[in-house]
Amino acid sequence: MIAVLDGGLRHIGARVVDGVWKLGCATRFTATLIARSGASFRRPQLTLNEIYFTGVLSLIIIIVSGLFVGLVLGLQGYETLKRYGSAEALGTLVALSLTRELGPVVSALLFASRAGSAITAKIGIMKSTEQLSAMEMMAVDPYGRVMAPIFWGGVISMPLLAAIFSALGIFGGYLIGVVIIGVDSGAFWSQMQAAVDLREDVLNGVIKSVVFGVAVTLIALFEGFDAPPTAAGVSYAVTRTVVTSALVVLALDFVLTSFMFAGV
Amino acid sequence: MKRTTIDLWVGLFVMGGLVALLVLALKVGNATTVSASQGYHVTAEFDNIGGLKPRAPVKSAGVVVGRVESIGFDNKKFLARVTLRIDKAYQFPTDTTASILTSGLLGEQYVGLDGGGDDVMLKDGDRMKLTQSAMVLERMISRFLYGKAAEGPQAAEK
Repeated sequence: MIAVLDGGLRHIGARVVDGVWKLGCATRFTATLIARSGASFRRPQLTLNEIYFTGVLSLIIIIVSGLFVGLVLGLQGYETLKRYGSAEALGTLVALSLTRELGPVVSALLFASRAGSAITAKIGIMKSTEQLSAMEMMAVDPYGRVMAPIFWGGVISMPLLAAIFSALGIFGGYLIGVVIIGVDSGAFWSQMQAAVDLREDVLNGVIKSVVFGVAVTLIALFEGFDAPPTAAGVSYAVTRTVVTSALVVLALDFVLTSFMFAGV
Repeated sequence: MKRTTIDLWVGLFVMGGLVALLVLALKVGNATTVSASQGYHVTAEFDNIGGLKPRAPVKSAGVVVGRVESIGFDNKKFLARVTLRIDKAYQFPTDTTASILTSGLLGEQYVGLDGGGDDVMLKDGDRMKLTQSAMVLERMISRFLYGKAAEGPQAAEK
């Protein structure tokens, strides 16, 4: 009995210490990454390639899901607003929910599963096949040469992807609401413009997406860098990237939202 | 500098993202009508402001002429002091009435201005003397019920 209890307590303690240890490593990793990212500014081509990889190749999934989220919001919002006789407020509903929440959050989740997992796999395999050590042997800094461009590429791509997602979502809501159902086009846009504030809604959405971009890319890089150098280790790291990113994005979203919209 | 196809795609992607941001800012957020501090401030005191919020519109004849800047409480007179920022393009006489109205049945509350006949116009920092408070539903109902109760016996006598 006592042995079981003892074992359980040891296990919990080990997990907690391990978590704290990992957090410290991640912080040191982040500091090193930012300190050595000079190379990615001196050679913009490296960052450009990563923007292509994380941003451009994620465009299809962002465009398609943004459009469909907008279409669904349009349909569901219309069904609900119709009961209160205020179907014209559909534009406000679609625009506010996309710019404030759905745009940054859903595109960050998609970004984590589309680009984050690929980043982790890449870094994990580079590490397990000792490519990173080989670079250090040749006096090439793997932080500056490989990881910093990925980081900045992700940080630049993410807000752009979120903006594309929101804009296409609003277009989707317009398609369903105005073109198909027949809500008045003027009321749709004018109520939207009266309710959406540039700083309060649009800019806060952009800030959110930048924060999510930093978080997801850092998690993906660190999980790859920290992965055990085996096939199972890399595959486990990829899974952890997606799960941790999703949880961190949702938790950060709550924190940011309570800061941004608490007083309104 | 050597150009690659990747540069073209990245360029297109960045352009698309910036266009989307611009659409959000101009078409959705309506940045064009944000007139930054181009206006003058006047205050008005109300018995009750109901659900009026900062940044609520100030309308005259249904046209938005300004925004509610801030709402405070005067602890001497026990009145709400509302500061309005009115667009420089619109001038109102000093005997303008400010009233708190509701757009629609359940809509947001706004400040309505009804121009008076005075020749002197409101300046920055002036106080509007004529105000009309927000309708509070409970007070209206209780007044109506008391009125009914008061006229009840007379109606029975007749």
